[in-house]
Amino acid sequence: MANVQIPDALLVKNYVAGDESALATLITRHESKIYGFIYSKIADRDISDDIFQDTFIKVIKTLKSNSYNEEGKFLPWVMRIAHNLIIDHFRKNKKMPMFRETEEFSIFSVMSDNTMNVEHQMISDQVEMDLKRLIEELPEDQKDVLMMRIYQDLSFKEISELTGVSINTALGRMRYALMNLRKVIEKHQIILTN
Amino acid sequence: MAKIYSKEKSVTDSMKPKKETISFLLNYSKALHITKVGKMRIETIAN
Repeated sequence: MANVQIPDALLVKNYVAGDESALATLITRHESKIYGFIYSKIADRDISDDIFQDTFIKVIKTLKSNSYNEEGKFLPWVMRIAHNLIIDHFRKNKKMPMFRETEEFSIFSVMSDNTMNVEHQMISDQVEMDLKRLIEELPEDQKDVLMMRIYQDLSFKEISELTGVSINTALGRMRYALMNLRKVIEKHQIILTN
Repeated sequence: MAKIYSKEKSVTDSMKPKKETISFLLNYSKALHITKVGKMRIETIAN
């Protein structure tokens, strides 16, 4: 028996006349081309499915309301609807572009995270703890100046006023504090880097 | 035999939408009824 294919135009006519199975035939006949076309532009299966669905909802509504112009061919007409919906999709997402992780494209190639990862955070905490322990070992006058300057961000003028010494003495104590710290660090070969 | 090093096509020709999508469309089509009253179009969806 010869396999005679019912033309699209006749299927459309039958569908408009109420034959629901004609729509199933039309979808089965063209789904690969239409879906493939959408996927080639969108590259996302879920969104392609949504657009495919919206395309056929438009097709169904147009056919059911007898607004279909039979002059054109069915497939190019459906493709045009799909094409317009793809454009709408890109327009809608223009302000908020969405990237999906694929094998070829990693989202982290365009995004960077400036916050420290857990390892760096732990190292940083450790360094800070070591440094505090070293500062505790300094003579009291040097430790006070260093704490006020580094941790409380006071100027040397303010430090001199608070400690009742001249600015030069405060500067000298700071200098000795740093020298002593360096000496201890070198002596014990402490690594204070992140 | 010569090896083909070209990248495999990411879009295959036999790509098809999900079965659920097709089933939804067919059910939607069966449920939808459009009535035209003058310039107005009334859509009714039967559950």
